[in-house]
Amino acid sequence: MPPKRSKSATSSAGSKGKGKGKRIQSPVHETKPGHPDDIFPLVLTSATQKLFGCCSDVDVTGERPYKLLKKDDVIKDFKTRAAVSDFSPVKQIVLDYPDDDLLLVFDRDFIYGQSFYLVLTPEAKERILNVAGSPEPETPQVFEDEAIKTPEPEPWISLGSEQEIEEESVRETREKLLFTYKLSEVRRKFGPPAVFSDSKTAVTGCPSCPDSRFSIKLMLRDFGCRAVPRLHSSNTQTKGKLTSDVSTQYTPREFSNEEKEEILRSESFLNFFEKVTSSMLKALQQETIMNVFVDRWKAMGTTSEDEYLSPEVPKHLMLFKVFTEEKYAKGKKISTFNWHPTLHGVIAVALTEKRTEDSPMFESEDSFIVFYSFSDSSHAQLLLECPGDIFAFEFCPSDPNIIVGGCRNGQVVLWDVSAHSIHLKGTQPGEKAPFNTATFDVDDHKEKNTPVVRYCAASPIENSHKAPITDVQWLPPTFEVTNRGLPVENKYNISTQVVTCSPDCSIMFWDVRVSNVNRSARKQSADQKAPYSFLNTFKHLVDTWRPFYKVSLPMIGTTGKYAPLKFCLEPYICVANHTAGATEAENENAVNSEVIPDFSQLRVPLAETLTPLEDVNTKLFIGTEVIKAKKNVKRVACSILMCFYFQSGEIIYSDWKKVIDNSGSLESVKPLHCFNTHYWLVNTVQRSPFFKDIILTIGNWNFAIWKEGVTGGPIIVSPNSEQWCTVGCWSLTRPAILFIGKEDGSIEVWNLLEKMIEPVRVYAQVSNAKITCIKPWTSSKQNFLAVADELGMLCMFEMPKTLCVPSRNEISNLEKYFVVEEDRLQDRLRRKEQRAKEPKRMDCDKPLKLPVDEEQEYKNYLKLEEQILKGLGLLSATPESHTFSHTHL
Amino acid sequence: MAEVEETLKRIQSQNGVQGIIIINSEGIPIKTTLDNASTVQYAGLIHQLVMKARSTVRDIDPQNDLTFLRIRSKKNEIMIAPDKDYFLIVIQNPSD
Repeated sequence: MPPKRSKSATSSAGSKGKGKGKRIQSPVHETKPGHPDDIFPLVLTSATQKLFGCCSDVDVTGERPYKLLKKDDVIKDFKTRAAVSDFSPVKQIVLDYPDDDLLLVFDRDFIYGQSFYLVLTPEAKERILNVAGSPEPETPQVFEDEAIKTPEPEPWISLGSEQEIEEESVRETREKLLFTYKLSEVRRKFGPPAVFSDSKTAVTGCPSCPDSRFSIKLMLRDFGCRAVPRLHSSNTQTKGKLTSDVSTQYTPREFSNEEKEEILRSESFLNFFEKVTSSMLKALQQETIMNVFVDRWKAMGTTSEDEYLSPEVPKHLMLFKVFTEEKYAKGKKISTFNWHPTLHGVIAVALTEKRTEDSPMFESEDSFIVFYSFSDSSHAQLLLECPGDIFAFEFCPSDPNIIVGGCRNGQVVLWDVSAHSIHLKGTQPGEKAPFNTATFDVDDHKEKNTPVVRYCAASPIENSHKAPITDVQWLPPTFEVTNRGLPVENKYNISTQVVTCSPDCSIMFWDVRVSNVNRSARKQSADQKAPYSFLNTFKHLVDTWRPFYKVSLPMIGTTGKYAPLKFCLEPYICVANHTAGATEAENENAVNSEVIPDFSQLRVPLAETLTPLEDVNTKLFIGTEVIKAKKNVKRVACSILMCFYFQSGEIIYSDWKKVIDNSGSLESVKPLHCFNTHYWLVNTVQRSPFFKDIILTIGNWNFAIWKEGVTGGPIIVSPNSEQWCTVGCWSLTRPAILFIGKEDGSIEVWNLLEKMIEPVRVYAQVSNAKITCIKPWTSSKQNFLAVADELGMLCMFEMPKTLCVPSRNEISNLEKYFVVEEDRLQDRLRRKEQRAKEPKRMDCDKPLKLPVDEEQEYKNYLKLEEQILKGLGLLSATPESHTFSHTHL
Repeated sequence: MAEVEETLKRIQSQNGVQGIIIINSEGIPIKTTLDNASTVQYAGLIHQLVMKARSTVRDIDPQNDLTFLRIRSKKNEIMIAPDKDYFLIVIQNPSD
């Protein structure tokens, strides 16, 4: 109720007129039970009211509850009424009241319990009057009173906010704990200077590793980019094909003859021709004078390049096959072997017994020549039976089925294997063997059925050599020799004559045809049926065969004869001195192998009917053997000189033609030249397959190269080797390559163009025993070198390409080399002569002195020997019969 | 005409000359001492070559022109004398 409110507002003495104050105070009033101290509730009777003029609701209403009373009035009242006055309770206060006016406030609502209250203090009075309003001039005093009084804080009434505060506040639940630590270092450690050093342990780093439990996704990345201009310059080059019109024409355009004439007559043409002719002629002449386009550098280089660029010879030979025959080759050594001239892959090997030198010479045992084929390396394909050990044999060049061999006992033996030629052909690698049940079974009886061919003919012992035949050769089919030793033409172009040599100092010529002399005296021997198969090709020769021509080799200078071991003929190629038609016919005959006439039908033509060939070189290179000549033991009073003379193995160049000597009979001519190049034996004499006049001779310690026609000696001699050289051969494909087999089973390859002091390559231990024969063989695809040794094994090696392919200009280089060597030889000889002429005076004295000195020395030596032997106790009873050898090599 | 013949004989008599061909600027043979097939072949091939050679020379220097062309091969030498309208070709075996 608004009036109530304003009343209560005015009645409260606390506020100063503020709104807040009003509101605050109104509830304050309601709650306060008491009344302020400065007011006193009074009850005024109506009399009093009338007296004072404050009748309720008349003078004092709710709107004007204030009535100022004079103090004097009040005091009067007291006097008047004394105890009955309404103001009796406040009498004292009124008396004490400083002011004159007393405020009486009508308390209509009985807020303080009574209907009127008296304001006791002037301040309160002021206050209340001020609160009541300003228009009244009395009220400002009241307000002033009230304003001076500072409001006093009311007691706090809990309204629940303290709980919230309690919740939010932080209080210590317990007392703070106090820990005291005593952490300290020893005193002395404080303050020393710090020493820094590297840690002795390995630096343990703390490598960062990604923690799998933890990953930060990089949400922000530093990134920069820059714009680059898109300009890029490049260039290419195209081939720039020029477009050209291409047209084809099917027939060439030509001028007709009239047009040509027309043009030729035209003036422009004539002018042109004039102009051009001179320059053309000049150019043509230039050409003929000189070749301006020669590359001189290149032309120079062809000679020297070869030596540097020659490829290296590989270190090992590739073994292709080894041939051994269990049955027949065991315990035997191979003396020689030959490649079959026509059949590829067939080799004939001569097996001989290993004998020492002292065994009897004429013991005849079963020996064989064994045929091997590439297809079967451990079984023989064919066996040739021989009357004795064969040291040399050859295939006939015109008919490979005829084989001639020389025996240990000096016999010459012939075989004819025509019956088995098909069989042999079948054994060639790559060909199927013809099914021939008669001769062999395919499976396990092969060895037993190796066909054995017995010799067709053997020369009777009385006609043969007295010593083992060491070399046999067929005369080439281009000429033959009469029984006077003259070379004549060979009508049939068949090799029919054989030359043999033996250390019995003779060379014999044999003819396989029916000889004229013995035609009438042919005997048909009854015991011709033999257990083995052989052909009757040479029936005519049985028992009657004899050489038609013999050559002996008297020595130059001394008596005695040379003992030839190997010889070498010049292969004579028939120069066509017939008419063209005849030669063709002959060539056809030669080529056409079916037309070989049967040997038994051949007759030795009469010597007179044949035309002699003048240009046949009848000279032979012969390698000889040692001849031991003992001089008798002479006991001369003062000198005991006893020595063996060893004739060194010499190379003889001799002619086989005999000359008519004084007595009118044919006499062997003395050799033209004789050279002492090799010591001991000569085991190979072979012509080079590339040069007709170059001959290789191999002795025991060295080898030499000879040129036919050079009379001074060998043009090249190799240095002596430590091992015995046992055999050697030229290479068939490279003119400068030689192969030499040694006693220890190694093979040396010499390249004449590279170096002459040592071999280019030594293949050591090719075989475990002495090598007895080496022969190369070439075909278009393969090159082989077959090596035979003393153990009966035949090894076949494939020759590396470097040994087969000749280097550039090898032949011409080799020729030049030979010429150089020849010149050197001549030079040397010349100088030797010169030197021999000069100091002749000096030599005269020396030969007289020497024997004396030697004699004395020898005496001393004898004495020394006696002493030593006495000392050793070996001195035998007869010292005189000792013969001392003083080898003089 | 007779002069031409005579001169041709002179050229022919030089050492090693195998053949002579005269062709016009289009490559058609006019006179030859070889057989027809060879002539035609030579003419066609050499004509192209001369054109090429000439254009090469002139490209390098337009003031220049081809005066003589010699082709030396292993077996022989071909000499060509070109002109505006005609070519003279001589085949010779070098003497070495």
